[in-house]
Amino acid sequence: MQKFEKLTGLVMPLDRANVDTDAIIPKQYLKSIKRTGFGPSLFDDWRYLDPGEPGMDHSQRRVNPGFVLNQPRYGGAQILLARDNFGCGSSREHAPWALMDYGFRVIIAPSYADIFYNNSFKNGLLPIVLDRAAVDQLFRETEAMPGYRLTLDLAAQTVTTPAGKVFKFEIDAFRKHCLLNGLDDIGLTLQHVDEIRAYEARRRKEAPWLFTS
Amino acid sequence: MAEKTLYDKLWDAHVVRHNDDGTSLLYIDRHLVHEVTSPQAFEGLRLAARKPWRVDANLATADHNVPTTDRARGIADPVSRLQVETLDRNCHDYGITEFGMHDARQGIVHVIGPEQGATLPGMTVVCGDSHTSTHGAFGALAFGIGTSEVEHVLATQCLILKKANNMRVRVEGKIPPGITAKDIVLAIIGRIGTAGGSGHAIEFAGNAIGQLSVEGRMTVCNMAIEAGARAGMIAVDEKTIEYFRGRPYAPKGELWDRAVLTWRGLTSDPDAKFDKEVALNAADIKPQVTWGTSPEMVVPVDGAVPDPDQEADSVKRGSMQQALKYMDLKPGTPMRAISLDKIFIGSCTNSRIEDLRAAAAVVKGKKVAANIKLAMVVPGSGLVKAQAEKEGLDKIFREAGFEWRAPGCSMCLAMNADRLEPGERCASTSNRNFEGRQGAGGRTHLVSPAMAAAAAITGHFVDVREL
Repeated sequence: MQKFEKLTGLVMPLDRANVDTDAIIPKQYLKSIKRTGFGPSLFDDWRYLDPGEPGMDHSQRRVNPGFVLNQPRYGGAQILLARDNFGCGSSREHAPWALMDYGFRVIIAPSYADIFYNNSFKNGLLPIVLDRAAVDQLFRETEAMPGYRLTLDLAAQTVTTPAGKVFKFEIDAFRKHCLLNGLDDIGLTLQHVDEIRAYEARRRKEAPWLFTS
Repeated sequence: MAEKTLYDKLWDAHVVRHNDDGTSLLYIDRHLVHEVTSPQAFEGLRLAARKPWRVDANLATADHNVPTTDRARGIADPVSRLQVETLDRNCHDYGITEFGMHDARQGIVHVIGPEQGATLPGMTVVCGDSHTSTHGAFGALAFGIGTSEVEHVLATQCLILKKANNMRVRVEGKIPPGITAKDIVLAIIGRIGTAGGSGHAIEFAGNAIGQLSVEGRMTVCNMAIEAGARAGMIAVDEKTIEYFRGRPYAPKGELWDRAVLTWRGLTSDPDAKFDKEVALNAADIKPQVTWGTSPEMVVPVDGAVPDPDQEADSVKRGSMQQALKYMDLKPGTPMRAISLDKIFIGSCTNSRIEDLRAAAAVVKGKKVAANIKLAMVVPGSGLVKAQAEKEGLDKIFREAGFEWRAPGCSMCLAMNADRLEPGERCASTSNRNFEGRQGAGGRTHLVSPAMAAAAAITGHFVDVREL
């Protein structure tokens, strides 16, 4: 997993609630057996005016100039500012893969869907929760000021605006630790092989039907 | 000892270790695998030179990409075909049982698990699919996971998790005639919203839930995720136990008796504490139809499309306006006045035998309306299809003008060839009405199987109880 420590990056506002994973990366791209290459299809239905299919040259497609991602002032954005319940819907990890592949490293929203939130951490994408008032303020400032950049400090758990206003955010200690160090969960779990085996031995006695098929 | 919820009991029974940071290592009894979310996990396993921890805990099937017509000819789309073949190869290489595309037992992963008795009360069940919550219907702790977690379960048989909060949704009173599990769960989502269960495991309780069949309970738990809860669950009762008797993977003989004794304890203690409680009265629930692009955008069939100007919250108002634009609907339009292009009866929400029986009962002796371009029934599994054919349901559907298809996820998410064209409007028994879900530009209205069948016959929404 990619490490995350600090970042100062351009912010792109996506002013809709309940952005679902079908909107983040439509189903036709889920046929891929890879983890990469989803960036050009991020927000496909909103971003392009013509229908997209896997394998096509997306640079030749008709872009929707009205969609925020296509506005030149947000080119190269690394921080996505979003509304409530971002990432609702399916468990597809292709959603964080597409956001990362496009270049986003951070999302800021008042809330996230549980599975998306969890999947993001597994990929080094940092989903920050700030309260609605703070998010409203960031939307106003981002839209008012071209080139608006925020500074994220994971160790300090802070978001700092260009004017120097600091917002603190909460994050689970375990997730923070993994993200700061780029740790692989599987490696961590395999440090407890003996405990897993002991659990299995006990369960085989208590509930042997769980081990018969 | 403190009184425990069903979720507390399931959680506690599966904790391998408590970590200092508040997470736990949780043991997973059953891992269901399908072609879409597993290839990168198997690749990760291979790259790290790891082996599956417990091969026999896994059961795989191809469901999302499989064609529902002419299956003998294989998959036409080479990208879909490669994904299904990749699953076949991974299962073969690692010795994992797979019900492949041509196996009579193949079907939607959430239909075949219970059907085989491969998912059982008291188990932890995971799958790289958000609708894994379905399996909570029989007192299991079941939830969807991402591909990194699929790899984690393959490699370790465990997940690192933080326990969710407890939420209870009680539905009390006698379920009125013509009201189904789908109407109940849509009414719940309409009440609590699409994020109403975020951060919680929902237990559905109350005597109305008890009146539902185990299949109906699966419909309710299936859509827990549409209310934001990763896991939905229902306590075990005698119906649950009878449902599993004699299923291929269910325990037999003395083991069955022992299992049943354990399963009977899978209920919340009477004084168990919930962090959040919601109650609905079954008598108030009417047939439900969604009007927008989120499952919470739902009204009774005798209602009308709501007016965003009446919504005080500006973010919600914006969502409603976007939804109306996408759905091409005007505020105040009666739901009954909405005419349809396509009808889809299927998906892990509503493709079990009882769903097909309910739809067939409405359709019997009638014809699909002239304005319906396509009405299709996609059974949830090969065994559901065979059972329906034994009962003559396929004939009823065909004579009415429905297409009778082979099992799979089909037009619930349109990864195979079954999809809506831009602008087409569909009455669908699936679970998500998101923009583009059933095909780019397609418009989805979620309903029960009986309501979808009624809409097929009349060409527009109608209260199935008046048909």
